[in-house]
Amino acid sequence: MIDVDIRLARGRFALEARFATPAPVVALFGRSGSGKTSIVLALAGLLTPAAGHVRVGEATLFDSAAGVDLPPERRRIGYVFQDALLFPHLTVRGNLEYGERLTPPAERYVDRRQVVDLLGLGPLLERRPRALSGGERQRVAIGRALLASPRLLLMDEPLASLDTTRKAEILAYVEILRDELAIPIVYVSHSIEEVTRLADHMVLVSDGRTVASGSVAEVMGRADLEPVTGRFQAGSVIETRVAEHDLDTGLTVLAFDGGRLLVPVVDSLPGERVRVRVRARDVALALAPPPDTSFLNVLEGTVVAVSPTRGALVDVTLAVGRATIISRISQSSRERLRLEPGRRAYALVKGVALDRHAVGFA
Amino acid sequence: MEAAGADTWAIIGLSLKVAFWSVAASVPPALACAWVLARWRFPGKFLLDAAVHLPLVLPPVVVGFGLLVLLGRNGPLGALLAPLGVSFAFKWTGAALAAAVMGFPLLVRAVRLSLESVDTRLEAAARTLGASRWRAFATVTLPLILPGLATGMLLSFARSLGEFGATITFVSNIPGETQTLPLAIYGYTQVPGGEADALRLSAVSVAIALVALAASEWLARRGRGRAPRP
Repeated sequence: MIDVDIRLARGRFALEARFATPAPVVALFGRSGSGKTSIVLALAGLLTPAAGHVRVGEATLFDSAAGVDLPPERRRIGYVFQDALLFPHLTVRGNLEYGERLTPPAERYVDRRQVVDLLGLGPLLERRPRALSGGERQRVAIGRALLASPRLLLMDEPLASLDTTRKAEILAYVEILRDELAIPIVYVSHSIEEVTRLADHMVLVSDGRTVASGSVAEVMGRADLEPVTGRFQAGSVIETRVAEHDLDTGLTVLAFDGGRLLVPVVDSLPGERVRVRVRARDVALALAPPPDTSFLNVLEGTVVAVSPTRGALVDVTLAVGRATIISRISQSSRERLRLEPGRRAYALVKGVALDRHAVGFA
Repeated sequence: MEAAGADTWAIIGLSLKVAFWSVAASVPPALACAWVLARWRFPGKFLLDAAVHLPLVLPPVVVGFGLLVLLGRNGPLGALLAPLGVSFAFKWTGAALAAAVMGFPLLVRAVRLSLESVDTRLEAAARTLGASRWRAFATVTLPLILPGLATGMLLSFARSLGEFGATITFVSNIPGETQTLPLAIYGYTQVPGGEADALRLSAVSVAIALVALAASEWLARRGRGRAPRP
């Protein structure tokens, strides 16, 4: 359980953050400069809020009313910085042991061998940080934070300084941690792909304020938040379960409460939860199911909102069961089809639009 | 003929002792001072900065005279310390103090520069891993500024060996007590026929200086090799 309610002012920048969730993985999502990093700094105790409280699990780390303000070293919150920040004068082994040694044996719950194995650090142990690649450094930084047996792991844009290949690699490692070690994570990112893949709960941050907090599907489905979530990234997220794999066609059937989605095969077992992000620009609309079509996915729903974006485009939000699908179409198409709230419509989604970048394993 | 009587090895020994203690006593306050100058922001910071650098630009005689006025037997600080059994006037400890004050800016400068090149977020990282402020300093910051600290210590050590004006003004030129190398050389040049001895001691000074320079070069090179990638 993470419970944050803080206010602080730094020069002209004012921050007001409030969210609480029992979710194991929370994403702080927002543009750069929106205040995400200030929030995690306050969680770690590296920045003192003017007022409010920070609670993690049973522990109160900060409470201005009660006069509680634990110093960073007594919070037991792991922090993975964007640029790793390994100690340059120590070897990889020295870096890993740094926090482990400072943790009383009774409070250690992370096994060094397991972390070294999970993150593939074995061959790096005697190297110096300077001799590591960006991805390797980030893996060591994650390992170093974990070995201090933190009650919460903060990851501040851990992939931002990496290239695409390394990003995918580290993302896979973070997924392993989440699943194997069951450590709560607060993940800061401005990439909706990362958020969809990793997080259960999402907190949207804009201009120093937390403007929305809820499941990823819920927050991304809200058309009114689009100015904050970003025009290019507009889309919805659907929580599904793997129904079956069809190896002949190379497709996986995902079931959700509004129907079924066919996507290129994903490597999850039937019954496992999978999050799918459907970008608004990949969704076409029709008033009747088209008889002969290449669209793999035809989903019936009801228009619940129509919100104009800049220019000649509109975003039409469709309720499909309890899920939401957003479609970005031209203003003229909307008029021709007379798409208004309450009208029945079919969302057409190409299967290939839902590639592995869009699919997260919950 | 007072200067000519002193044995060369005793002069070298005294000089090294004075220089060693002047550096050793300077290190803790220099670290604190460099920390304040590198990390803190406060109104009037430039005054502290100027005060630290003053010995670098003042005539050494003025510094020596200032010490004499403050710490002499009848000076305000001297009178305060006398009952505690601490006295600097005309003692080798006074020579060490004068040398320490003169070398202080060099030490502070070197430490401050390397402190400023240490990413403060490394200390933050250490704190989140369970290190107190002090431990973070001792285990992360200190090892990272070590090359700079060593260079500064070497510079101020060399400066101490060469100290003349402040020393002779503050504690005079007493063989066996305050007569370091430069003072002895000066003494020899003031007596007829002392040139040979002056030359001999000068050669010793050159040798010590060369060793110090070589060591500083070696340290600087090691420091570069270990510096974190930007």
